[in-house]
This record gives sequence, C-alpha cells and structure tokens, in this order.
Amino acid sequence: METIRTDVAILGAGGAGLRAAIELAEASPGLRIALVSKVYPMRSHTCAAEGGAAGVIKSDDSLEQHFNDTVGGGDWLCDQDAVDIFVREAPRELVQLEHWGCPWSREPDGSVAVRPFGGMIKQRTWFAADKSGFHILHTLFQTSLQFPSIERYDEYYVTDLIVDDGCCRGFTAIEMRSGQMKLFQAGAVIIAGGGAGRMFPFTTNGAIKTGDGMALAYRAGVALKDMEFVQYHPTGLPNTGTLLTEACRGEGGILVNKNGYRFLQDYGMGPETPIGRPALKTMELGPRDRVSQAFWHEQKKGNMVSTQWGDCMLLDMRHLGEKKINERLPLVRDMAVSYLGVDPVTDPVPVRPVVHYMMGGIDTDINAATPLSGLFAAGECACVSINGANRLGSNSLTELLVFGRRAARSATEYLSSARGAVNDAALAAQAAAAQARLRALFDRKIGAESVAGLRGEMMAIMEQHAGIYRSGDGLALACARLSELRRRYADVALHDKTNVYNTDLLQALELGSMLDSAEAVAASALARRESRGAHQRIDFTARDDANYLRHTLAAYRGSESPGIEYRNVVITRSQPGVRDYSGAHK
Amino acid sequence: MSRRQVALEVLRYNPETDAVPYFQQYTVECEAEWVVLDALNRIKETIDPTLSYRWSCHMAVCGSCGMMIDGEPKLACKAFLRDYPGVIRVEPLANFPIQRDLVTVIDDFVTKLKRVKPYLIPKAEKAVADGEHLQTPAELKKYKQYTLCINCMLCYAACPEYGLSPQFIGPAAIALAHRYNQDSRDGGRDARQQEIAADEGVWTCSFVGACSEVCPEHVDPAGALQQVKIKSTVDWYQEHLMPWTRK
Repeated sequence: METIRTDVAILGAGGAGLRAAIELAEASPGLRIALVSKVYPMRSHTCAAEGGAAGVIKSDDSLEQHFNDTVGGGDWLCDQDAVDIFVREAPRELVQLEHWGCPWSREPDGSVAVRPFGGMIKQRTWFAADKSGFHILHTLFQTSLQFPSIERYDEYYVTDLIVDDGCCRGFTAIEMRSGQMKLFQAGAVIIAGGGAGRMFPFTTNGAIKTGDGMALAYRAGVALKDMEFVQYHPTGLPNTGTLLTEACRGEGGILVNKNGYRFLQDYGMGPETPIGRPALKTMELGPRDRVSQAFWHEQKKGNMVSTQWGDCMLLDMRHLGEKKINERLPLVRDMAVSYLGVDPVTDPVPVRPVVHYMMGGIDTDINAATPLSGLFAAGECACVSINGANRLGSNSLTELLVFGRRAARSATEYLSSARGAVNDAALAAQAAAAQARLRALFDRKIGAESVAGLRGEMMAIMEQHAGIYRSGDGLALACARLSELRRRYADVALHDKTNVYNTDLLQALELGSMLDSAEAVAASALARRESRGAHQRIDFTARDDANYLRHTLAAYRGSESPGIEYRNVVITRSQPGVRDYSGAHK
Repeated sequence: MSRRQVALEVLRYNPETDAVPYFQQYTVECEAEWVVLDALNRIKETIDPTLSYRWSCHMAVCGSCGMMIDGEPKLACKAFLRDYPGVIRVEPLANFPIQRDLVTVIDDFVTKLKRVKPYLIPKAEKAVADGEHLQTPAELKKYKQYTLCINCMLCYAACPEYGLSPQFIGPAAIALAHRYNQDSRDGGRDARQQEIAADEGVWTCSFVGACSEVCPEHVDPAGALQQVKIKSTVDWYQEHLMPWTRK
C-alpha cells in the first residue's frame, strides 16, 4: 500500500477544511498539508448555504448582544467560553474573507451590508445575495490555489483513522479513480467532514452529507456530543426539500396558515408585526426550532394547506416586489419556479420544515481539539459547542471560519510538542486490517440485504421517531430498529466488484457512517428526558435544568448500543432563563 | 401525483471490463415533476447499483452533475423530464475523457483554473485589522456576474474550439480571471494576462457563444472573453504604437 507522508492531513475540503488549510499554509509555510476530500472542494455542501454569516460589525451592535442571542437561541446548552471566542473572532474572519475577494453585498457607501436573521436582536448577517455559502466556498477554494504547500487529494474516501499509542497518526483512504487504498501518515489530523442530514429522507442536505467524519472519530473512541439536537429549517420546498433561506423572512416574507393567518403569534412569537416591516427576534424572525414546532402544532390542528407533498404553510413574499426579490433572493425565486412551478413574485410558496443541520457532532474543545491526541475537528461535524440545543441561522458559516482556523493553529502547536516516535509497523498493520475489511466487503456474496433497502429503512425510522417531536416509546423503538439495521448491515454485499469510481462501494461505506451516526442520535434523544431547543419530547415537555443542563456524550461500543454519559455545560455569566421572542415590542 | 414510465439510454463504460463504451436502456417510473437526476437515482436504487455518476446538491449550485442530455450539456438536477417526451439519451460531458460511465476526468479544467490565478492579488496592502475595503454596489456589479461560475464545465463541453484545441484555457477559467481583473480591490491583471492573453488564451476563441448559451448560472463567459480580447488589443496598441501611454 502506498504511504503518503504529511504533516497535517485534513479530511474534508468545504469551508472549515479549506479555512484550516489556508491558515496552515500562511502561518507555517514549511508544513506539508494534505487536503483530502471525497469530492472536489467546490462540490462541498458549504456551497448550498444561502442566507449569510453572522459577525458584529455595525456600530449599534455589540459582542455581548451576539453572545446573548446565541446562548439564548441555543436554550443555554452552549458552552459560554466557546461562544465568547466565537463572537470575538467572527468579525475578523469575515473581514479576512472580504480581503480574499468574497463578493459581499454592499451598502451604497461601499461598506459591507448586513441583513436581519432569525433570533438575532441586531442586523449582523453578512451576505452575498442569497448565495453566501457558495461565495464563501469559492473564495476559500480559489484563495487556496495560490499555496503550493496545500496538496489536494480530490475524490478520496477516508475509511479508517489510524490510532497508535494514544495518538491519531493518519488515516486510510480509497482513491476513487483507481480504487486503490492509500495510507496517509500524518503528524496531526483535522476532520472537517460536514453533517449527516442524509440519515433523514427529507433534507436540505446534499447527497454527500453522510456523517463520514463523525463516524470515523466515533469509531476511533471520540464521543459524539449532543447528537439528539437536529435542526429543522422551517422553509423547505415540499417536494424536493430544497432550502428557501431564512433571509426570505429577514427581507420581510411572512408565514401564514390555510386561513391566511400569521399563526406564529399564537406560539410565543407575537405580537403580529406589520407586513413587510419585520421586527427583529419576533414573529417570522423567531428561531428555527420554535418556528418548526409551531408548524407541527398548526398541522395537528388541521390549519395547514394540504398539498400532494403533504401539509404545508405558505411563505408569502409577494409584497417584497419583483425588484427586491431579484436583487436579494434570486436563487430562491429560481428554485421555487424551477422545482415547484411557483413564482414568489406572484404567489405564496408552500413550504414545510426540513432537516437541515446537526447541532451535535465530534466532541471538541474551544481549540477544536478532540480528547484523542492529534485529532482535531471543525465545522458541522464538530460540536464545540456554540450552537447548543438550537443553532441560530448564519452562525454556522462563521463557525467554519473561526474554528477551521483554530483547528489549524492547534494542530500546528501540537506538531511542535514532543510526541512518541511513530511505529511504522503498527501503522502498516492497521492499514492492512482496513484493507482486509474492504476486501471482505468485496468478497461477500449477494444476499438479502441491499444498500438502498437498508438506507430506506433507516430514513423511515428517523423521520417517524426522531423528528420535530419525539416520544420515549418511539425513540426506544428507533434504537432497537437501528441496532437491528446495524446487524443486518454486516450482510450487505456489493453488486459492483470493480475498482474505478465504484459508487456502489461508496454508498455502502456512507451507509455505514449514517447508521452509526443515526444510532447516536436516537440513543442520545431517548436518554434526554426533557424538552430543550430542537429536542422536543411529548412525554417530557418541560426544560429540566436540574438534570439536563448537560451535554450528552455518546460513546461507540461496537455492536452494542452507544454508552451515554453527560458533561456539565460551561456557564460563565448567562444563567438559564426564558427564551423571549417578542423582544422588539417591549 | 402523476407518474409516467421514462426510458433512458445511458452511456456505460467501465475501463476494467469494457473495450468500448456502449448504451444501456433503462425504463423507470418517475414523477412528472422530476429531473433527469431523480430518474438516474431511481435506476441506481432499484435497477442497477453499478451505474456511476456524480451528484450532490440537487439545486444547481455544487456543479457536480453536468452531463450530455439528448446531446446538450446540462445539469442533470435541472433537466426536467417534462422537457423530454421521448427516450432520453444521457452521456458524460463532451470534450472530457470518460473515467467511468457518466463520470469524466476533469484534471484539465482543474489545472487550467489554477493557471489563471483566480484569487485576489491586492492592489494595495491592507491589514485585516484595518477593516473591509469599500466597494460600491456599482463596483460590485462590474464583476459580480462572473463570480457565479459553479465550475460545472458545461461551457467546455459546448465549446467547439476546446474540442479542437485542448490547450485552450477555455471559457470558465477565463471568465474567472476576468472576474478578478474587474474587481476594484485587485491589482493582478498583469500577472493573469500572461496566461489568458497568450495563444491558448482568449485568441483561440472564435466567438461561437455556445458557452454562454449553456451556462446554467448565466455567467456569460463569451462576454468575458470578448472583453479580455478588447483589453488585450488595447494593451498591444499601447505597448507597440503608443508606448508613452503605458503607466
């Protein structure tokens, strides 16, 4: 097996991975950097983020307010030391992107423009029309091209982390174009592998969001933190799940039920604001968890519009006018017209909540370090935690930058510290074992189990039992079923036994990642007997700070169900309080 | 929901097992509103797990799923079945080597993209601590259109010159160079000119305009190419006939 020796190996080349790579190349020009991704960098899912990136820049805003919005938005499950660092470093990172050429939208005087976003008391979301993530990703990717020390390995799928003597020493990966496995031997590893929304059938996430990075760390002994917190974005197209950004509401769009009534006022987000004049942190600018939950209740009351794709609410943007929609929300208009045949200029758009983001992920500290020596993580795959029980829209793009950079700095520092000598034989043995497992998958005879079949069953379980509202009985059933699916996964065989760009193999491996991540979600959700943020239990409807102001840590135990432990939330100055989303009217 | 049987004729090629590419026909039940990508996914899930193609976002922004659909370069996620009443022919993007089935080898584009220096080369040094550059909406508008390129390479598949002269840097890469040249914060035009004003740069283009017709993001690379030609011509006159005008 070919061995590729490098100083830092980064898994994932989206926003966080690219930001980390650039930081390493700029700050430590002598380092060898391997940027390894299962797709070309510009295909990474950062490109699909629409609304923008939050960072305090305007004179009427303050870091304290961004801190308070984030901590309250996260229902006090955020680590407050992490949030402090995040809000402090956010503006610098967004200016840095501006210096790298990001085409941020501008005010008439040439300064960067900001827009309102859900749960934020001030306008602080930097945006590039409604393709903010796309522009951030391409700015980072194109900027990275000037650094010869960034060696890219595009279309390599990482199969196993290599851990020896208590340190992460690299990983094995399959080169898709040849089917060959390679050993990446690295001084430090950064995982920036993205989320796992594809474990659900109805999601804004692209096909690549299969939790590979999470599963790799999990299997290597790093706990997955707060996995029960899965964000539903309130406004997805009902047929495809395509995201219509929160900026639709930030710009003044309203949500109504089948009677034309702005129902959010009945769910603690009123009083009603004048149409076209949105008030911050009120009504349609409430947080995503509350808006999605309000949808669920209205649906139960029979107040939703029934469509061929299920019950929907209506997102009405007609009063914004064609000019503003074209200028601020061109992608939204294009998506609604193309995929649904509804033009937001002339008609309200039917939408429904859709799985969007994992608040949970690989357990990391404020320096993006995991408990495993030499392993760092950043981006959606990681849980720092700044998002707590519910992420505020536009915090995640900024998170990629702040913690991508911090991961790079931590990795550099780690490289300069004394570590044990690398045991080449031990690494080679682990790589050989990874290859043997792959060979066994190829050799397995076709039986009753298929990738598509198991994937479909997993998605159905997650949608039915791990959605916006959950019950103990449902989650217990989900855990049992997922455990059974993991057993049956051992019988999955490949139809494609060839080497070159084998997507049958790729999908089988991705399914393994999703099953492990999904089980962590269900087990964590079952154990949390309270309702907080995006985790709502119909059998435990109240927040329970006495017992659950704690992070869930799900530990991998092979074929057993995950071990669940807890760790106290870091609280520095904001004690748990009431989340108030009628703020602007007081 | 209305459904119909859709027949697709898909190019297959596995370098390990096939001497030459061939077409395989599949018939699948599809929703009327689906795109070609949905049909391919249904084939892969229910009929043939060996079929290989790239895709991810299903919203025309990641640029993965470019392929030839009834002979035209398209994103499979934005090619609606309703626009194709007959058997739909699906092939890998033209002008690129086939790696496997609908997956092409795109090394050439990736290399060329890097060559044109598609990153900001600052006109003046400015520390991050000194805040953002001012850029008016009018200055932004001058280059914004060219930032929208998703690197899907449909323009390369449509370009007759790229098909004939593979050394041609091509529409997307030149449009991205032009994007930075037009940015009020940038001072790197001279560095990029060496690549894009050379023989394999803009002068290869015969202005057929096919690139702009197929661009799913309306980037108009043909327009960028013509602007680069004009500016390069002005450069030449200034250098050779009016040297005193050079700054």
